[in-house]
Amino acid sequence: MALTKADMAERLFEEVGLNKREAKELVECFFEEIRASLEEGTPVKLSGFGNFDLRDKSERPGRNPKTGEEIPISARRVVTFRPGQKLKSRVEAYAGSSEQ
Amino acid sequence: MTKSELIELIAVKQQHLVYRDVELAVKTILEHMSEALSSGERIEIRGFGSFSLHHRPPRIGRNPKTGEPVALPGKHVPHFKPGKQLRHRVNGD
Repeated sequence: MALTKADMAERLFEEVGLNKREAKELVECFFEEIRASLEEGTPVKLSGFGNFDLRDKSERPGRNPKTGEEIPISARRVVTFRPGQKLKSRVEAYAGSSEQ
Repeated sequence: MTKSELIELIAVKQQHLVYRDVELAVKTILEHMSEALSSGERIEIRGFGSFSLHHRPPRIGRNPKTGEPVALPGKHVPHFKPGKQLRHRVNGD
């Protein structure tokens, strides 16, 4: 049981009144525009939810866990997500034992 | 890029929708995602990534003003793991 794009499209159909095709396209477009922004190096700040930031990591030593062989992990750019205060407080209140 | 810039961009690409509907749709998606996480449900978007909760165990903190110890209860924090496509596109590979 996880939230998927299909669930989101269904809610847009029910609550916003988009037709099924429009709803599916909109959800697709939402995630694609966020990816495109991050791809061109622009962080994405969604107030009330959180920020998708970019971090440049320099090369560091790594190891093949199977063989134990040392291999350098190349320099790379990665995405990090920092939840906003509002989302953090809402999630903090969750009392379940979700080690998902 | 901010939420309103994201709404603008989507509205330009979805010309058949009125701006107000795009705005409402973006807010609805974000609310749906926040609701899911705050009820302990994961979010899985192929090619983008997944959101889940990580548990932080209870700990003894300190009041920074007085130095007095305070018992802090355990809590959950949102965690995002980027998907393969997002990882590759951001890294230019």
